[in-house]
Parts: sequence; structure tokens; C-alpha cells
Amino acid sequence: MGNRRPPDRDIAPVAQRVRIRYARRGRLRFSSHRDFQRALERGIRRAGLPIAFSAGFSPHPKISYANSAPTGAASEAEYAEIGLTAAWDPEAVRAALDSALPPGLDVVDAVEAHTSDFAQRLEASHWRIELVDVELPVAQAARDAFWAAGRIEVQRMAKSGLRTFDAREPVAQLQVEPDSQAPCVILKAVVRHVTVTVRPDDVLAALRRVADLEPPVPPRVTRLAQGPLDEATCTVGDPFALDRRG
Amino acid sequence: MSTTVSEHLVTRASLRAGRDVGASHFDRLEPLLARISKPIQYVGGEVNSVVKDWEDATVRWALMYPDAYEVGAPNQGVQILYEILNGREDVLAERTYAVWPDLEDLMREHGVPQFTVDGHRAVGDFDVLGLSFATELGYTNMLNALDLAGVPVHAADRLGDEPLVIAGGHAAFNPEPIADFLDAAVLGDGEEAVLLITGIINQWKREGRPGGREELLLRLARTGSIYVPRFYDVQYLPDGRIQRVAPNRSDVPWRVSKHTLMDLDEWSYPKAPLVPLAETVHERMSVEIFRGCTRGCRFCQAGMITRPVRERSITGVAEIVEGGLKATGFEEVGLLSLSSADHSEIADIARNLADRYEDSQTSLSLPSTRVDAFNVDLANELSRNGRRSGLTFAPEGGSERMRRVINKQVTEEDLIRTVTTAYAAGWRHVKLYFMCGLPTETDDDVLQIASMAKEVIKAGREASGRRDIKCTVSIGGFVPKPHTPFQWASQLDHESTDARLAKLKDAIRSDREYGKAIGLRYHDGKPGIVEGLLSRGDRRIARVIEQAWRAGARFDGWSEHFSFDRWMECAQSALSDDEVDVDWFTTRERDRTEVLPWEHLDSGLDIDWLWDDWQDALEEIAVDDCRWTPCFDCGVCDQMDTHIQVGPTGVTELPMPGIGVPSCATPLATTTQSVTRQDASKTNGG
Repeated sequence: MGNRRPPDRDIAPVAQRVRIRYARRGRLRFSSHRDFQRALERGIRRAGLPIAFSAGFSPHPKISYANSAPTGAASEAEYAEIGLTAAWDPEAVRAALDSALPPGLDVVDAVEAHTSDFAQRLEASHWRIELVDVELPVAQAARDAFWAAGRIEVQRMAKSGLRTFDAREPVAQLQVEPDSQAPCVILKAVVRHVTVTVRPDDVLAALRRVADLEPPVPPRVTRLAQGPLDEATCTVGDPFALDRRG
Repeated sequence: MSTTVSEHLVTRASLRAGRDVGASHFDRLEPLLARISKPIQYVGGEVNSVVKDWEDATVRWALMYPDAYEVGAPNQGVQILYEILNGREDVLAERTYAVWPDLEDLMREHGVPQFTVDGHRAVGDFDVLGLSFATELGYTNMLNALDLAGVPVHAADRLGDEPLVIAGGHAAFNPEPIADFLDAAVLGDGEEAVLLITGIINQWKREGRPGGREELLLRLARTGSIYVPRFYDVQYLPDGRIQRVAPNRSDVPWRVSKHTLMDLDEWSYPKAPLVPLAETVHERMSVEIFRGCTRGCRFCQAGMITRPVRERSITGVAEIVEGGLKATGFEEVGLLSLSSADHSEIADIARNLADRYEDSQTSLSLPSTRVDAFNVDLANELSRNGRRSGLTFAPEGGSERMRRVINKQVTEEDLIRTVTTAYAAGWRHVKLYFMCGLPTETDDDVLQIASMAKEVIKAGREASGRRDIKCTVSIGGFVPKPHTPFQWASQLDHESTDARLAKLKDAIRSDREYGKAIGLRYHDGKPGIVEGLLSRGDRRIARVIEQAWRAGARFDGWSEHFSFDRWMECAQSALSDDEVDVDWFTTRERDRTEVLPWEHLDSGLDIDWLWDDWQDALEEIAVDDCRWTPCFDCGVCDQMDTHIQVGPTGVTELPMPGIGVPSCATPLATTTQSVTRQDASKTNGG
């Protein structure tokens, strides 16, 4: 574009950063991360939030996302941070966004950001995996075989090609629980976020590998929490805790 | 992909699997969604979508755009009808789209019916399946949807309470190739037509459905503006031409006329368009700034069948944009029409909207096709916030002679002057759109596209003093369409189209000075032949469509799904007992005496005028635009008792809306004045 310069424009600076936790529920768990990005940007405009924009030829709203769950997985704990040009009460931001987004994309919490390095605070995820038509002893045996293994290599197609990685080591905890709606068992996994993210699909692939566990119905997966990992108790904490103290 | 249609009998009852009429099938669909690509397109739940209680409605419409969700969801026509119908308390409207083969296979395997994305209700449960055909290439998708719904594909086999299958959209101006599959077709504007149909169904239901389906269809046909093919018979001459199309009962009219909505400002739609979660082809707040076009381009079916020109006023446009942006949060506004820069108030509209939304990072787009310098000023206005896409101009014909034939009145000097202005104003990329295969066209006419493109680059380099400017030439194959002066013309065979385009490609590529600066985009001529067959076909083509669908044809507008050979094989076998073949329907020129398959369908255009215009085309005589010159008797206004509605209204400035923009331009005195349209003859709105 040579001699063309970005138009002179007063770019209002970011006055406040608000971090939101949102859930992807029910049928909208089929929305991809990009689908959510568009929905959020439009929701922000519908809600009339004073969103900040980047400078340049194609100004973009100042929003950053952390670590989204794969398409098809539901989640109770997705995170994004938005830059505003005026300070708003975080609860008002939450309520305005929640009502602007369609049911199923629900904004459940918001805090003003007082800290940096938020993404690094998301150390682990807590997943819930529903296995329909799988007997409890079968699932328990598969879990035990998984737990006993030192390393379980699985493969997944990535943008760069087929990747092989260990799905065992990052799993800090794996539990099997009966479900009230038998025949169905619930797997609960606490998984550390490492360079190649181990997803619930990878855990299932590992269970197939070590114990031939083959759920007859595609499992329903939900991320219950993301946050700092307490290695002693294997629990995932609240990543907003530091900001709330702020 | 799926290639066969299940042979065993699938009925609405078997697909219902014991659940109530109107019940959701989502629980059965959901497990399948985990196994297919882009499941989000099937789940609904979009902002501004509507799900009503089944029992609260007396008339229930399933609206289908017969293509994939990503193409169908943004369709303006379907969205408007969806809003109008759902705006009625006792009416319910939901949307359905063509499912991709991965889901189709699973639906057939698991007995899941064609469903609506709003309530995931079975399409077979609705009173009406209304399809909007922007193109004939959606016909096989209609058959597939009917079959997946458990609804017999032949209208004659629908004897009970199956949905009425009603087609609309531009392709419905010749519904004869799909007449066997349709209960009815509607020509023209749909806003009032859907309410008319709804009212008739409502009344018939209230009376206890007297006379069944036949009586209902008869009531529709008697309006004179809803075509019910079963009440008309086609007789053929021994040589294969049509002898006549006539009603087979005395109480339906001989001709069926199109609907024309007068006064667009009284129909301020869409008010709250859908905001799809899935990515779609157009993501913007679209507003139609006028309907109809009288430029008179002879190839253009849209321009011919949507007459007269009816403008929305500047205040009406602004109101829809304002409401729509609030309701959707879209970041782009599209000002739509057949030739948007022709709106009498376009400069004020563009300037006002640009002023209004400059601070909110909202961009404006205007599909501008006319080649004049004014459009560059307009484009500059629209790109004020810094975003500049390519500028597109459509000279359509490569040579001056060709442009006289098609009545696209733009000279090469106009074009060069315009692109020079654009390049000088900082644009680096201009797109030019042409057609190949136009009547009387020779190789030389098409080769002149290359010389024009070179001139464009040359002028651009001079104007900008730079060498990095580009020009993209896009070529579409010309397909003659019903209700146009070219409806009698011979379509160019695909071999000749391809040969001509190859010569053009050579002429551009071999040029060392300019070749690299010119991009060329075109498709081969084969899909155009199938489109031509479906466009100007008659009822005999139904057999071809059905065979092609049964052999696996779906998504014919998508090159990765389209198979020319399959269509030709099916045509040969389906037409083997007839005097006619694909060439007869496509590359054969018709004469004035031949009865055309769509002659009993009245677009308002006088057939003698169309013929005269065809003769003028052959003699390379241009015709002016009746907005600025006297009426040339195309017939529409007289026939339909309509008239041109254009401004300007006298309003040039709009009040700033009260959102988001605290300190804006000075309030202007004109903002409260009442709007008086210049068309003083305005009637009560048709």
C-alpha cells in the first residue's frame, strides 16, 4: 500500500482490563474457538461495552483468549481478557455480555485484571468424561492399566502433521465414578498443561491403547475447571484468586 | 460422499419414531454431530433465532435455502420471510438447509429426518416447505431434503397432510423443470405472498380442511398470483416444441402473475437478522437500498424480473441499519441492490452512514458495479476508516460492440478514466468482471478483454507512478435466462467457451509487459450447460433432475460435488424417448413463434418488447434507462399497475443515533422535517 498511511484516528487507550470466565454448554459446545471469537466480538458490540481497538489499517478489538477447549467439548471454565477504554464494574461487564450472548455461551464470572501472566496461571484442567454403556469394572481396570503405565504414546493429527506424544505423564489424576444414570461411568481427569496439550481425546486414545477401552457412543466431555494446580491434592484452583485480592 | 438413495420406503411416520408431530429430534441428531465436520451449522441457537411452541401456531412454515448453511443462512430473502412470518402470533417459521453428505449418510443410517435448525423439528411435520431458489443448481438439494424428510418427491404422490412444497426466488420464474415436485410456485416479492398463502391455509384449516389438499391448492391457484403446476397441462408438437400450456380446469386463470411490493419503506426488514455462530459467506448487516433495476442489461434476469425500481428512502435505510447493528453487533454494513450506486440519494446515504459509524469501527460496503468516476468517490467515502478491499467494475463485454449488444452502456474511455481515478487515489487493485459466450460473440470480442486489461494496467502505472498495481479479470459463462431479451438465444457450447477462454489466457500470459500484473479467473463451460438446461427447460427436464439426484447429484453449485458427466448420462437416458436433448434446450436458438415453457407465467414484461429488444441487440442498438428517459414500454408498470419509486426525498442529513458516539457532528436543521417522496403518484402500496 506504499504511500498510504493508517488514517489519523484517536485510538483511545486501554483504561481497564477485565478477565471473564465463560461456559460453553449444551448444543453450543459444537462451536469452535473461532466461532466463539466472532460471537464474543459481536456480543461486545451489542452490549455496548467500550471496547478498545488496536491501531493500524485494520483495527482489532483488544481481546485475548487463553487455551480454548476443543470443538465438541463442553466447558465450564474458558477464559478471555478484554481491554476497555473506560472502567466498568466487572459484574456489569459480565451481566451485559452474558445477556448479549446466546444461551449456551454463558459468561459466569468476571474480575478486573490486577496481575499479569494470566495464561501461565492456567496450569491444569479438570475434565469430566461421560462413558455411556461402559461397565464400571471395565472402566476401573482400564484406569488402573493407564495409571500403572509409565508412558503411553498416542498420535494426533496436528497442523504440522501427525504428532506422537506421551499422554500419561501430564495426567496428574484419573478417577472413575459410577453415574446415577447407569449404564454410564464418569472419568475425571486432572491434566497438566504441557507443550503438546493432552486433551480428553488423547486420554481416551491412551485408554484404548493400554486396555482396549472402546466406548460404543462418542463420550461427552466437559472441562470443569482450569487454573493453578495444587500438586499435593491434585486440585485445580481459581485463576482469578490473585485478581480478586487485587 | 453418499451416492445412492435408500431404496426402502422411508415415511414421515417411520422417521417420527413414535414422537409427537412437531417434537424435537435433537436428541437423536446430537450423537451424530460428534462424528461429522462443522457440526455447529446444524445446532441453531443463533442470536435472533426464534423457536415458538408448536401448539400455539396454526400455520407452520419450514423455510429452506437449498444449499449449505454457510451459504443459506445469510440469505436476505429467507431472513426477511422468517421475520415476517414469526412476527405473526399464530404463525411459526423455522429454517432448514441442505445437509452435507457426511451427515446425510448418518441420518439415513439412523433414521433421522430432515430437520429445522431452530427447533430440530421434522420438516415433514410442517404445513409448508417454502424453498428459495436463487439458482437452479439447488434443485437436487430440494429432492434430497424431501426424501430425507420422508415426503414423496413427486407432488402427485403427496395425498395427505404432507407439507405444501412451494418454490420462490428468481429461479421460480421458470419452475417448469421442477413442476412435478412442486405443489406451487410464487413469482416475485415474497413479503406479501407468504402472508397471502398463510391466510388461505389458515382459513382452510379453520373450516375443517374442506376438500383436502386439492381444494387448498385450488384456493391458492384462484388468486391468480400463485402457480399450481398440477392445474396446467403442457401439450407438445411432434418436433418436441411446446404446442400450448393450458389450465386443465375452468376455474384457474390462464396466466399467473408476479408479486410486486410497493413502498419498501413500509417493509423495514430485516429488523433483527440472524447472527450465525458458524462462519458464513456474508457476515454483515445487509440492507436492500432499492429493488429492481431498469438499466436494461439484456443478459440480466434479475434486472428484468424485478422491475420497476423501488427505492428505500435515506431515512428508511438509516433506520434499518441502526436497528440491525444494535440487534446483531455486526461490524459491517452492506448496502445491497442490483446497482447500488444508482440510488438517487446514494452519496448522502454513504456520507451519513460513514459519519455515524466512523468511531465504532463499522465498515460500509457497496457492491458497486457501474463504471463511472462517481463510484470511486463513493468508494473513498466507504473506505474512510482505512480498510480498502479491491474495487470491482463490471464492463461485462470485452468489446464496444459486445457492450452494445448486451446494452451495458459503458465505453472503454469511461473505464480507463475510472480506474485511473482509482489508482491515482491510492487503490492498487482493480477487479473487472466479464462474461463469455454472449450472443453474437466472436473470439475477437473476448480477446479485447485482454487489451482492455492491459490498457487498465498501463493507465494505472501512469496515474500512480508505480509498477505494483494489479488487475484481476473474472469471467463468468453466459447462461440465457427466461424473461430476458436473450431468452431466445443460443447458448455457447462448452467446448467453444473453453477454447475462447484458452485464447484469452494465452493473450494475457504471453504479454511480457503486462501479463504478470493481470490475474485471470474463470471456470470451464460445463457447469453453465447444466445451468442452461435447468434454466430454460420444461417439464420433461424433471426426469433428468430426478435421475441425476438418484445417481448422487447434490450441491451442484460446488465444483467438488458437481459432475458434468453424471448430468449428461442422466439426461441422455431420461430423454431417450423424446425428440429433444441437452443441445435442444441449451445451444438451440428459438424463434418468435415458439411457445416458451414459461410464457404462462407473467413477469410483467411484454413479450413483444422483449422480442424487439432481442432484435435491437442483434442490431447493436442500445436502450436507455427509464428512470431518466421516457418510458420505453417494457410493459411492467402497465401490466402490474406499478410505477417507479425513486427519490431524492430531500433529506440529506441524518440525526446521529444516541449510542456510543457522545460528541459527534453538529445537529442539523433538516433532521426533523417530514419526508416527502418525489414520486407524488405513490399509491397505497400495492
